Amino acid sequence: MSPSHQIIALRTLVAKEIRRFVRIWVQTILPSAITVALYFLIMGKFIGSRIGGVDGYSYIEFIAPGLIMLGIISNSYANSVSSFYSCKFQRHIEEMLVSSMPNYIIVLGFVLGGVARGLVVGVAVTLTAMFFTRLQVHSLTLVIVTATLTAALFSTAGLINGIFAKSFDDTSIIPTFVLMPLTYLGGIFFSIDMLPDFWQGVSQANPILYMVNGFRLGILGVSDIDLSVALAVMIGLLVVLFLLSLYLLTKGVGIRS
Amino acid sequence: MIEPALSIKSLSKTYRNDVVALDGVDLEVETGDFFALLGPNGAGKSTLIGIATSLVNKSAGQVRIMGHDIDTHFSQAKSKVGVVPQEFNFNKFQPVLEILTDQAGYFGMGRRAARDAAEQCLHQLNLWKRRKQTPQELSGGMNRRLMIARALVHDPELLILDEPTAGVDIEIRRSIWDLMRRINEDKKTIILTTHYLEEAERLCRNIGIIDHGRIIVNTSMRKLLEKLKEESFILYLEGPVTAPLDLEDFSYKLLDAYTLEVVLSHGKTLHRLFDLLNRQAVTVLSIRNKANRLEELFLTLTGQSVEPS
Repeated sequence: MSPSHQIIALRTLVAKEIRRFVRIWVQTILPSAITVALYFLIMGKFIGSRIGGVDGYSYIEFIAPGLIMLGIISNSYANSVSSFYSCKFQRHIEEMLVSSMPNYIIVLGFVLGGVARGLVVGVAVTLTAMFFTRLQVHSLTLVIVTATLTAALFSTAGLINGIFAKSFDDTSIIPTFVLMPLTYLGGIFFSIDMLPDFWQGVSQANPILYMVNGFRLGILGVSDIDLSVALAVMIGLLVVLFLLSLYLLTKGVGIRS
Repeated sequence: MIEPALSIKSLSKTYRNDVVALDGVDLEVETGDFFALLGPNGAGKSTLIGIATSLVNKSAGQVRIMGHDIDTHFSQAKSKVGVVPQEFNFNKFQPVLEILTDQAGYFGMGRRAARDAAEQCLHQLNLWKRRKQTPQELSGGMNRRLMIARALVHDPELLILDEPTAGVDIEIRRSIWDLMRRINEDKKTIILTTHYLEEAERLCRNIGIIDHGRIIVNTSMRKLLEKLKEESFILYLEGPVTAPLDLEDFSYKLLDAYTLEVVLSHGKTLHRLFDLLNRQAVTVLSIRNKANRLEELFLTLTGQSVEPS
């Protein structure tokens, strides 16, 4: 398959993924906007006003980047895991497997589908946030880079979950018991400077900390983590997860007997 | 030199539970052929098709489609083949037209070309009026036709159909037969697996029979049917038979006064049988095979017990 044909195949798969989540936007986009609005209302307005400032910003301004990231992470992951598992469950993954598309195009298609949903939700959450606080952008490039890398990373992780999943229950175990705790402990609601030394060390093992802080640096210009370290962690993890998902798909784990 | 449409050498497949589905299969299907791949349940037909279409991993051996190895030139090999699986495997919520345009897109066809090809296939399969509906809104027969349309949308040279008429009514089965004939006349190679042996006998020129993961017969339909040692016919008579008949060395039995079962062994002709009946003033209204000829052979070759028809 020539490169131009591969691009057509990729475009077809990504367009299909986007159509899928747009068609059911009430389930895929709206809930995140509502959830984040509630966070802003409760954590930002009601409780935040009593907490005071963090790193020179009001509490509501400080948590805004993390809440946007929360929407991006959970939705990019959810899109890949649910879409791929659904393809497996209904067996229409076979439409792709019998085609002349190389496996890396299939992986890339699902990942970009997840990225698209993550970013759409990110924009929706940002618009919601603007009802509650004034958002300034310190570096638009950094905002776009960190948001896209994070969405790609969690979309790939979701795809791996989808490849291994044998039932619908398996698609929610990782998001509930791994992803959500890591996200909440990843510095969305606090600066790690507020933590005792031991917990600061523990927090640095949480990859989400690097993403939230990279994104916060782009929005507010403040971060607990060095930018180059944050980018290196994101890119490194993305490469490892992408290669792992490609290996699993090529081996046919969960899809070929 | 024209490459075979499908060339399989020493193909083996052992599943994780140690079940040997294919045991060193060699098979060649010529380009342009209409080939029947038959075998009892669990013989290895679907595994063989699954390997040829990348849905099952092989344990050993080589598969080439139109001369392209599925391991080293998988993209070229896969672009030449279309597959109609045994079970429905659609996205139930996707409209029919979208299913076809997406499938064409996966093969690298641009949006315009994909749309044109999809429209053509939907017209060909008489599904154009259903293009906005989803598979869950279609009948079983329509879904069967949709699977064929999807397999044809990228214009493959080899079409593999795994029991395409299973569970459809006679009218749809006949229309699918006509369609398969037209596709084959259009120079496309067809490999058909079916449990309806009458279907294989009517449509296919060559035949392979697989049993216990091995090809036990690979010949032309005509040569295979010549191997049939005897054939039973049911004759419906105009008047009742009241006395024993003299049919020389034709063995026969009366099923009732108006129905005669006659066994025609190799070398004997229906012409001779009718001649004998005529001499005894027995008039035959109609005649039919007691069982499908291929079915009788199939049961003999695979060692399966013959069920009463």
